[in-house]
Amino acid sequence: MRLEPRPAPSLARTLGFTALAIAGAVIFSSILVMLAGANPLTVFWLVLKGAAGTQFAILETLTRATPLIFTGLAVAVAFRARLWNIGAEAQLYIGAVMTVVLGTGAITIPAFGLIPIIMVAAMLAGALVLLGPAILKTRFGVDEVVTTLLLNFIVILFVSLLLEGPLKDPMGLGWPQSKRIIAEAKLPRIITGKRLHYGFVLAIVSAGIVWFIMKKTVLGYEMRAVGHNAEAARFAGIPVNRVLAKTALISGGLAALAGFSEVAGLKGNLTLDLSPGYGYTGIVVAMLAMLNPLGVVAAAIFVAGIFVGADAMSRAANVPSYIAQVMVASSLLTMVTAMMLMRYRIRWR
Amino acid sequence: MDEGKGGKAEEVLRLSGITKRFGNLTANNAISLSLARGEVVALLGENGAGKTTLMNILFGHYTADEGTIEVFGKRLPAGDPRAALDAGVGMVHQHFTLAEQMSVLDNIALGTQPIWRPFLDRKAARERISKLAADYGLAVDPDKQITELSVGERQRVEILKALYRDARILILDEPTAVLTPMEVEALFNTLKKLVADGLSVIFISHKLHEVMAVCDRVVVLRSGTVAGARAIGETDTHDLAQLMVGSELPKDEVAPATPGKVLFALEKAATKAEGGAGLKDITLELRAGEITGLAGISGNGQAALAAAIAGTLPLTSGTIRIHGETMSGWTPRKALANKLGRIPEDRHATGMIGDMSVAENVISEAYPTRRFSRFGIIDWNAAAVFARQIISDYDVKCPSENARVRLLSGGNMQKLILGRALDGDPDVILASQPTRGLDVGAVAYVHRKLIEARDRGAAILLISEDLDEIQSLSDRIVVMSEGRLSAPSARGERSQRELGILMAGHGLEGDADAA
Repeated sequence: MRLEPRPAPSLARTLGFTALAIAGAVIFSSILVMLAGANPLTVFWLVLKGAAGTQFAILETLTRATPLIFTGLAVAVAFRARLWNIGAEAQLYIGAVMTVVLGTGAITIPAFGLIPIIMVAAMLAGALVLLGPAILKTRFGVDEVVTTLLLNFIVILFVSLLLEGPLKDPMGLGWPQSKRIIAEAKLPRIITGKRLHYGFVLAIVSAGIVWFIMKKTVLGYEMRAVGHNAEAARFAGIPVNRVLAKTALISGGLAALAGFSEVAGLKGNLTLDLSPGYGYTGIVVAMLAMLNPLGVVAAAIFVAGIFVGADAMSRAANVPSYIAQVMVASSLLTMVTAMMLMRYRIRWR
Repeated sequence: MDEGKGGKAEEVLRLSGITKRFGNLTANNAISLSLARGEVVALLGENGAGKTTLMNILFGHYTADEGTIEVFGKRLPAGDPRAALDAGVGMVHQHFTLAEQMSVLDNIALGTQPIWRPFLDRKAARERISKLAADYGLAVDPDKQITELSVGERQRVEILKALYRDARILILDEPTAVLTPMEVEALFNTLKKLVADGLSVIFISHKLHEVMAVCDRVVVLRSGTVAGARAIGETDTHDLAQLMVGSELPKDEVAPATPGKVLFALEKAATKAEGGAGLKDITLELRAGEITGLAGISGNGQAALAAAIAGTLPLTSGTIRIHGETMSGWTPRKALANKLGRIPEDRHATGMIGDMSVAENVISEAYPTRRFSRFGIIDWNAAAVFARQIISDYDVKCPSENARVRLLSGGNMQKLILGRALDGDPDVILASQPTRGLDVGAVAYVHRKLIEARDRGAAILLISEDLDEIQSLSDRIVVMSEGRLSAPSARGERSQRELGILMAGHGLEGDADAA
């Protein structure tokens, strides 16, 4: 069996293979649903209704998609330059820590000043968390998959330490949680009384900016060149190590925005269950989007929809909501396979 | 069976009507070939003519769409890689397949012992190898580790490996590409002994004089079909070249150079090892309007020299001077800023970014300049204009400037690299293996461009393993061996044999001292 590269992928083939990937994921999930003793059609209908059937469902899906857009962008940017950032979870938590450090009363100025300050501080902190592994990689050849992955545990334990110590809310009845942020530090809700907040708008704008950077700027060009062929990039005079450092700063900053937006927009304080693995799910989102920043928005909404819909479905159809994990995972596998088939054709001998 | 050449000899191998298609491309079209006992047949053809595909079919790596293979009168099952080996066909690949950390003995005996015997019968194996080596002039110490061996010795191990497995038909894929002229002579002597003992050899090559020297018959492939077959007595190199290319070849007529002042110089330059030997106190001057050819066997420091000049390998000592100015901290950016055009050895790994478009690739050196970017934003229109200009000036065959470079042929990729490197008329040009793997037409094109650049006053360093190319193009020749350089010689001053002696590392120091 051999793989032969195809000419530039046409729109029809891209859409066709994407449809095939979705069909494959649906078929695979259906088998498991049937094993659980339910009718797949009912289950998928319930998932769809739970994700997009009502205004509440749609807003909930978009709220859940917000952190995934940030982490998805963080991963997409890093992977594009072949910087394997598995540590978006750590960068997210550091962003959240900065938000509560500055947002619980340390600075008291009006919202239009405070929010940008917190945002920038969170991004800087997240950026620095990834800069370390990037420098270890370029200077000493330390594999960033290992360092970024392990940093997740270090940072989460560090956050746990903070929540039991300096950041612990004295009024929190002993729970490991931080104080609530002040009103000036809060991101407003888009519709009053609903959970969807301006973090979502920030996420969409970020996706647009990242798209522009990757497509139009010198830095984006350098990042893509380094990612596709670092040796050729170095030969052409592209400063590979510096580009990787810049990539790390951008990627870490984007992941930190996820933590900022969750705390400032939704939760109001920092707890250890702030993220149910948004950093890792960001990898899935970025891969589903084929590392395209605008695709990340769609992929994040898709993944969030499945999780939100599966919760509703599980209550109605008595199928465990774990089916959501299977659906996301199988769509990732079929999508990655489809991506390969878009670019290569298989020859049997 | 007793047979004489030209007589009715026993047929040991017959390929009949082999056809293999890859999509729209017919790699092999109804190719028939036969090989007699005690015969050397050359399989001659340009890159892409279908030689490799044909051999892959013989060895079962591909299945032919049509046609049959018979070895010693027995039909070979299609698509079974073991079948050819078991039938007595052995192949020596261009790139050796030896386990580097193991001894010669282990490499040869590897896989020949039954698996239920835990220990190798080393004594018997050693005796057998020594006998084969003595019989056919394949001297090599069976207890040495492969890493200690020269390229020529490694090739002997490969041949011994095939003979040890009782190969009666030996296929040699471009066996001389990595050898010095003297090693080539030794190989030819071995081949003569082998055929005298009744073995048969298929000799894959594109070097005409070698084919004339060692083969009995020639089969010429051109774009997948047999363009002609000749007995060696009734043909000459000119005839074969024409069969290979299909038309009369334009001969490179190189006018004498008019060298000017020194534009680029390395003084006592040393580097760490890279892709073979590192540089050891090399002094080299490149003069305006002159092509300096650097000959040498692969791995003797050419890669380090090219990388040092290109700016990707820092000097550990010594200096680089360009336009008379001593440079500190030489990088690719500095090289480009000082009008040094660079053609890298490996187009796929270093020259181009396969998954990016033609336009994205042609600006990879000049993108930071105002021509292609302002305030950190890339001017993609300017990039597209530049790409289209190269495509038309250099006659690059590609669908558009947006096509991915990976889909281009090697020749077209090389033209893009030429276009990028020669843009803005560089004063100094580093051309590292600029024609490796290209077909004859593309080779002639690259040569013409280099000569044009020389004639407008550029100083050119041509690094090549092809002595013919070095000799036909260079105004001055230096030879590299184990990281050292010989004294330069003028065009035609040293014979191919004398260059070969230098390539093997003899008399280098003496010459260097005299210079």
